[in-house]
Amino acid sequence: MSTTIARTEIYEGTRIPARVPTILDVPPELRDNEDVLQVNFGPNHPSTHGVLRLIVDLHGEEVVGASAVIGYLHTGFEKTMESKTYWKCVTYPERIDYVGYQNNELVFVSAVEQLLETNVPMKATWMRMLLCELNRIHSHLIYLGTSALELGAISMFWYCFRERETILDLFELVTGQRMHTRYFQVGGLAEDIPQGFYPECRKFVEWMPHALDDYRGLLDKNQIWLERTVGIGKLSAADAIALGQTGPNLRASGVDWDLRRDAPYLHYDQVDFRVPVYPNGDVYDRYRVRMDEMAESNKIVRQCLDRLERMEGMPWIADDRKVVLPPREELHTSMESLIHHFKIVTEGFRVPAGEIYVAIESPRGESGCYLVSDGGPKPWRVHFRAPSFVALEATATCLHGTYVADLIAVVGSLDAVMGDTDR
Amino acid sequence: MTAWSDLPGYVSERAGADMPTVTVERERIREACEYARDRLGFNMCVDVVATDYLDWGGKGVSGYIGTATGRDLNKPMTEGLQALPEPKTKRFSISYHLLGLRQGAPRVRLQCWASDGESVPSVVSVWPTCDWHERETFDLMGIVFDGHPNLERLLMPEDWEGHPLRKDYPLGGEPVRFSDAV
Repeated sequence: MSTTIARTEIYEGTRIPARVPTILDVPPELRDNEDVLQVNFGPNHPSTHGVLRLIVDLHGEEVVGASAVIGYLHTGFEKTMESKTYWKCVTYPERIDYVGYQNNELVFVSAVEQLLETNVPMKATWMRMLLCELNRIHSHLIYLGTSALELGAISMFWYCFRERETILDLFELVTGQRMHTRYFQVGGLAEDIPQGFYPECRKFVEWMPHALDDYRGLLDKNQIWLERTVGIGKLSAADAIALGQTGPNLRASGVDWDLRRDAPYLHYDQVDFRVPVYPNGDVYDRYRVRMDEMAESNKIVRQCLDRLERMEGMPWIADDRKVVLPPREELHTSMESLIHHFKIVTEGFRVPAGEIYVAIESPRGESGCYLVSDGGPKPWRVHFRAPSFVALEATATCLHGTYVADLIAVVGSLDAVMGDTDR
Repeated sequence: MTAWSDLPGYVSERAGADMPTVTVERERIREACEYARDRLGFNMCVDVVATDYLDWGGKGVSGYIGTATGRDLNKPMTEGLQALPEPKTKRFSISYHLLGLRQGAPRVRLQCWASDGESVPSVVSVWPTCDWHERETFDLMGIVFDGHPNLERLLMPEDWEGHPLRKDYPLGGEPVRFSDAV
């Protein structure tokens, strides 16, 4: 196996390191320089958002070499899921991306549904959309709160977590769980939407624009924030595409791409929203994209509420007894329901043989699920295309020519969740 | 319609609910990827994934009384399959999920097949993003990518033995000392 590779530059003017695309090598003139200091940053550092380890070569304050080491949170989810029946598997994807859990849940459930060719009732689809968008706001709030905190804006953290708390309360109201809700079921939703959810959710939707104004007021014209973010951690559009970036990181580099609009799933083609795009590819633009996205998500939540309020009494899960658990009350009166219940719980439902890749726009970008079934009740192979994993591949390119203090801003702006990266 | 048969090393194609799957000769996967990027406009590689098909369909077809021959009457439904899945040519499949960032979001799955020990040409020179995808595949599935600039373990510790996502990798237990010295 050869260790060197003759790699012609793919695009003119790329900043992607040539030898290994994910490792920034110390330039030859500094190789034997005694002033170059190699520093281990992480894996246990509060601003690495988990357990990311960066090996950074510093020349004075300047970052001259960098490589990311991951795997400290590798939990073998994909292997574990191979020995669980499909309906038990639903809990795993949520724990992979533990900040954007409902989106991950959705991508797995949709993959199974597509292999099964199950039709999901309308009410469930709209509710899935609503929860996914609330989840997107929740995820961006965590990004905003923590990355501003790391740059010294501690008040942002408290404000963001105030709104996040409300979202978690809403999740608790619907599902009984604040995080890792396991509310999406193959075929629809696990339970009907409880009474009292709509008014509570509407209160939040009315409040959120004011909260966003608060955040903007604190940061948008804040001189320290601007100096720490504008022009830092640049990623050009061509480099972002070559490095497989998706989601806010790609849109902040000026690429107008959003799977919700360009390859609509659920009912995204029936709602009205804008895809924010900014051209500079720096930390500030990644912040602006996420800020705008929160406002757009809020709009989508409002539109979902408008539809859902008119769907009282409609089914929330598919009427497919081979896949979906029968209603509880039928177990006492119907022998067939009892048998179906027993079979689904013990043996699991069988999914036709085949392979499928389903992609959705999660808060971090394209979240994909590749699923292979051999026709049995357990998946043969599950693989998750993790947007955080790909985002961290861009660290070396973004850290080109930055200073050590920018490192934290850059890593924070890529918004990687380590559970998602390591799976 | 895209003429997939123009892809270098084209073997076969199959339509799918999600995207078409084009099987390509293993040795020419790099050329095929380059062609797909430059000529067909699939400018992004979103994912590389390998699947181990060892003992695929090996659970057999479970039986119940009153069916045609070929079913194992002693196997209850929980143990076997309802029908045997289509057999696979080789043990590993390596799939490249490509995406065109343009109207309609076209996708294609380029797939090549490898037996245990066979290596696959690296596509890092086509898409830098495949760096970590290939390292992950090597780490967890043990597939060697020829020409990868830095093929080391990514998720597992450097001194780990075995490749956990292979089907013959033990699910539990730890090695017992002196057990082979009888």
